[in-house]
Amino acid sequence: MHPAFSVIFLTTLIGVGQGLFLALFTGQIYSLAHLLPDQSSETFYGVGSALALLFLIAGLGASFFHLGHPERAWRAATMWRTSWLSREVIVLPIFMALVFFYGLAHYMQWSQPILVVSDTMPVDWTLLLGVAGSVVAFVLFVCTAMIYASLKFLEEWHTYLTVVNYTLLGLASGFMLAAAFSAFMQIDLVAFYGTWAVIFTLIATVTRSASLIRNKNLRHKHSMASAIGVRHQTIRQIAQGFMGGSFNTREFFHHRSPFFIRMVKVTFLFFTFPLPIALIIAGYMGESSVLPIAAFVVQYLGLIAERWYFFAEAKHPQNLYYQNMA
Amino acid sequence: MTQLALVIDLNVCVGCHACVTSCKSWNTSGWAGPMPDKNPYDEDPSGVFFNRVQTYEVGTYPNTETVHFPKSCLHCEDPPCVPVCPTGASYKRKDNGVVLVDYDKCIGCKYCSWACPYGAREFDENNKVMKKCTLCIDRITDLTLPESERKPSCVLACPTSARIFGDVHDPDSEASVAIRELGGYPLQPEWGTKPANHYLPRRKQKIHISEDELVRADNPLRKEDELPYDPGETLDDVAW
Repeated sequence: MHPAFSVIFLTTLIGVGQGLFLALFTGQIYSLAHLLPDQSSETFYGVGSALALLFLIAGLGASFFHLGHPERAWRAATMWRTSWLSREVIVLPIFMALVFFYGLAHYMQWSQPILVVSDTMPVDWTLLLGVAGSVVAFVLFVCTAMIYASLKFLEEWHTYLTVVNYTLLGLASGFMLAAAFSAFMQIDLVAFYGTWAVIFTLIATVTRSASLIRNKNLRHKHSMASAIGVRHQTIRQIAQGFMGGSFNTREFFHHRSPFFIRMVKVTFLFFTFPLPIALIIAGYMGESSVLPIAAFVVQYLGLIAERWYFFAEAKHPQNLYYQNMA
Repeated sequence: MTQLALVIDLNVCVGCHACVTSCKSWNTSGWAGPMPDKNPYDEDPSGVFFNRVQTYEVGTYPNTETVHFPKSCLHCEDPPCVPVCPTGASYKRKDNGVVLVDYDKCIGCKYCSWACPYGAREFDENNKVMKKCTLCIDRITDLTLPESERKPSCVLACPTSARIFGDVHDPDSEASVAIRELGGYPLQPEWGTKPANHYLPRRKQKIHISEDELVRADNPLRKEDELPYDPGETLDDVAW
């Protein structure tokens, strides 16, 4: 497939936004259980939610560049019964609203308990919005990944590993940003978020490697013989029907050399996984406030390469019909 | 239920591209148009077509065969491009099974083209919507046309009658009979899309003649000639 940067930025940016929100709420749960000290509702939760929202808005903005008619985008909410894309279009604004109100509830300090569960756990608006937001964040990961995983003849994508990887990479980059944010705001949560970011990054290393190995050993169902229905092992296209280019020759090919593809793979494997882990650990050892930020930036750059490779790797069966110009 | 479709005879197609040009000529100014071109007479031309004729070489020289292969939307009975459309712009007509795009609803996200394993959909960069073969829906449903002309433009243009148009759910239609009796097959059946369009395979007419059929074993002269047999007068020669 041709990797479109609008989609690359959409999926990576909202992944970071979802991960950051989940990180903030994880922090709140730990505070509620008195495992971590309470954080400032304004500077930490308020600004943190605004940061998550910023990433979500940027992702949504990037997605509009993918559309031919962005002014009709509202129509995309209609076919949620059958289309994962439509489901994403519905879930993303709901999630953004929940993040907004979660941040607002913290910022306005609406922390008076609405009810108290078994006389010990006070439940306020931030907790309710946080739980709802967390559920929707995971639903959004599934919707985004299923857009690709549901296409059965794009066999590189048609696996549960696609959903697992989108979720884990979103969590890893979101917690990495939470660590970077804590370092920037001089909040004593860098080690907490850094540890979780390392854990998620390590699990994602395993699952992303698993999908790479799976795709390397993939035996495609499609073949030239079934594409034109002639039972022969040797079929060569002489002419594709036109001398110039067409949508079919542009949209489904990456038009890059195998060497370039290999370099992107090496780059993303290095930038997404070992380098940010090394940077965040070095930041923890040296008590640096810059290295966690560098770790996030490096991982995000790695994720752009990762998503680019994800698209380029998929071999669309329509390419069987467009192999030779004349 | 009706399922209109094309049956394309690869045994007859000569690869002349008449279906391609007549398709573009009819549809670019019709209901489904326009089908714009970019740099048509310049470097790196590009354009929207609903129908392409491709050519394949099967086998290795000298045992090769050339297959001309017209390719358009197959109007699948279970079209993967329809459920993925987020707006409902991509739909399959209930009354005749033709898969169409509502250009006023299409947001140009191209997701349907990703979901088509045949590459049958082409994006119109000028109007920013997805376009595809409509089976000339504006011709085949136009009751003001005489019935012989209520056929897709490509079918009418084909000089060798390689394209048969009809209802593949009606067992007695010309299309159904051709599929059944001449070995019609669908493309990429492995995905379960159940394409309505079918292709008829290349067929070679062969008769088997053995050596003793060339030289008659029971010929008393051991050569082909008139028999030295005089039947004499028969009853017919008797004058009554």
